[in-house]
Amino acid sequence: MTDIKHDGPRIDEATGVETVGHEWDGIEELNNPLPRWWILSFYACILWAIAYCIAYPAWPMISSATQGMLGWTSRGELAAEMKTQEKERAANVAALAGMPIEQLPGNPALMRAAVAGGRAAFKVNCVQCHGSGAAGSKGYPNLNDDDWLWGGDLKAIETTLIHGIRQPGDDQTRFSQMPSFGRDGILTPAQVSAVTSHVLALSGKAKDSPAGAQLFTENCAVCHGPDGKGMREFGAPNLTDAIWLFGGSRQDVIASVTNAHAGVMPAWGNRLDPVTIKMLAAYVHSLGGGEDFIEQAAPAAPATPAEQTNEQP
Amino acid sequence: MNNPEKIMVPGSHVPGPEKLYEKRKGVYPQKIDGPFRRFKWFVMFVTLTIYYGTPWLRWDRGPYAPDQAVLVDLAHRRFYMFGIEIWPHEFYFVAGLLIMAGIGLFLVTSAVGRAWCGYSCPQTVWTDLFQHIDRFVDGDRNAQMRLAKAPWGPQKIFKRTLKYSIYLLISFWTGGAWIMYFADAPTLTHDFWTGQAAPVAYATVAVLTATTFLLGGFAREQVCIYMCPWPRIQTAMLDEKSLLVTYKDWRGEKRGSLKKAEKNPGEYGDCIDCNQCVAVCPTGYDIRNGPDIACITCGLCIDACDRVMKEVGRPRGLIDYATLEDNKRESAGETPRPVWKTIFHLRTIIYLGVWGGLGLGLLFALGTRNHTDITIAQDRNPPFMLMSDGSVRNAYTLKLRNMESRPRKMEVAIEGLPGAVMWSEDMPREAAARKIVRDVPADEIDTMRAYVVVPEGARSQKFTFILRSLDETGESDSGQANFEAPGSEE
Repeated sequence: MTDIKHDGPRIDEATGVETVGHEWDGIEELNNPLPRWWILSFYACILWAIAYCIAYPAWPMISSATQGMLGWTSRGELAAEMKTQEKERAANVAALAGMPIEQLPGNPALMRAAVAGGRAAFKVNCVQCHGSGAAGSKGYPNLNDDDWLWGGDLKAIETTLIHGIRQPGDDQTRFSQMPSFGRDGILTPAQVSAVTSHVLALSGKAKDSPAGAQLFTENCAVCHGPDGKGMREFGAPNLTDAIWLFGGSRQDVIASVTNAHAGVMPAWGNRLDPVTIKMLAAYVHSLGGGEDFIEQAAPAAPATPAEQTNEQP
Repeated sequence: MNNPEKIMVPGSHVPGPEKLYEKRKGVYPQKIDGPFRRFKWFVMFVTLTIYYGTPWLRWDRGPYAPDQAVLVDLAHRRFYMFGIEIWPHEFYFVAGLLIMAGIGLFLVTSAVGRAWCGYSCPQTVWTDLFQHIDRFVDGDRNAQMRLAKAPWGPQKIFKRTLKYSIYLLISFWTGGAWIMYFADAPTLTHDFWTGQAAPVAYATVAVLTATTFLLGGFAREQVCIYMCPWPRIQTAMLDEKSLLVTYKDWRGEKRGSLKKAEKNPGEYGDCIDCNQCVAVCPTGYDIRNGPDIACITCGLCIDACDRVMKEVGRPRGLIDYATLEDNKRESAGETPRPVWKTIFHLRTIIYLGVWGGLGLGLLFALGTRNHTDITIAQDRNPPFMLMSDGSVRNAYTLKLRNMESRPRKMEVAIEGLPGAVMWSEDMPREAAARKIVRDVPADEIDTMRAYVVVPEGARSQKFTFILRSLDETGESDSGQANFEAPGSEE
């Protein structure tokens, strides 16, 4: 492209309009004024920009920025949105706060709201150990199944959430301690092997050993029960079922008997508010393995059994 | 286009144009009567009645569905048209209808030229309506022209105010009728006047009132000539075999008044140059210049010319519906082809075949469609769940669709997957079975969570959910699902 400088602007004959004074490969440009509508919208844009700078935060200063007359901030907007949300949820939150959790199944709409809230809270607080689908992993229980160490009804789940498991400093926490039979020399390696055979035989995974059965009765039955079905007061797992928190192979079971496991879950009662904990309990209960709440040793249970059987949300 | 002004040819060195912009010349069509005018009246009556009246037709669909015959229920995502109800997932019916409307336009154009433009296009119908109002308020063509030129005075102000008020009233009524298609008409009318209707209803009425007022009251023929894409497409579809309003120049030329013709017998044609054809034209076009985008083929010039020919004792049809080919043939003294041959040529028959085939296909699909539907979404996180007794559980979200306007009992069953049972979240696990009966509300989707459990040793496999309606229709639908199990790859 050649840019030939002319002598300067000239008047174009055909139109009578002045040219801009440049020529590009024989093409010249007429210096027509901008259309009025264009100029007007340009001025309008300038006015808008000035008004915007006055009304909203705009100019960066050394340590902050100009604040704007309207006092708008993105944090303020977020706070307002949160407040609106809070207002929308207020009725449900108030209802949940005033309701013992075992009565929640009587109110399906509230139950649905609680499950939805619990799902959100779970994603923030629980997925780190239990996984995003609550399926857990080795040492971290799967919350979808029907196997519960400390109880699977709404009330039991809520208690576990509030006080945690083996949480130091919480005197109501779920607590038990299995001895490390091998490491502490309570059983010899041969005895550990024999008792492992018995444990595996309980779920039909190995041939039973009479010596192992004897050892089991003496050492394990006190917590796991004479038939190995476990005991929820101690969080002692059921050894006859298909679910193994720390693995169900022979090596895994030997390792568990030798060293013992004692998983810890934080007490959420001093981190989350009671309503969020109820929502979390409702969500965990809704995952498909939740159990019905059965009033224990309570005089004249008011809840009707019909409601209770229909409990799963 | 027949523009008398000189336009500069790009690249040429002729002096600049005198004018690139021409102010609109007012069109004041004169009143006329005749077969085509009466046909236009008839079409206008029918189309306007359909437009304004349809939303008020009632159609009993029972207690669970609206009783409006034609209703686009956007809020509830249903489209009702008499006995037909369409759900969003069946939108292809609407798409098919729109395609049929498009091909219908091709069909009409191929058979009878621009008949759509001339008679039934909303722009034509409303322009015609507004031109009648002009005549009602201002008088006929000459009075209108006089008034347009006259200086502003009390009479002109009064007449203009009156005319624009009537324009506005019709425009408002037009915009108001439109929203009635989207909600129950009597309820919406009440809500509209009591200020309870949705803001979008008022906005729609305002926009449509404005567009009707502007397009029908002022833009008029300029829409056809400058704005509408359809005439441009039509020019590609029309040829010398298309039915057009044709001025038979071989008969009319050379134009001359009766007096001139008397003085010089034999020198002049049939056209007495009375300009009646231009005076009645709603777009102000002179058909004697030949076919043009401005001619919407409404036939009013035929009415006008026939009347003049009758008065002067010459045969009718100097301006008439004819193909250019027939016009040539006639001028050569041959007889034109019969009309049915003009209408039923190959292209028309092909369009008719496609259009009819589509219509029959849609009707068939509509008649045989299922009013029961199941969709399945499997939980993916976790994909399967080992239960304490060694069985494996998978969870699914099932959507059961009841497209009838009455509640129905439906049965969901598992087919395949030996030993499997299922339960849903709102029933006790102990009641798990291979079949679950659900009450599905009228015209709704019932969403249920289904937990499917297979005894120990299950492998990953495919199976089928079957949804069966437990009523006299016995309709069913099925969907395939995967069952996932640990440690077994299929």
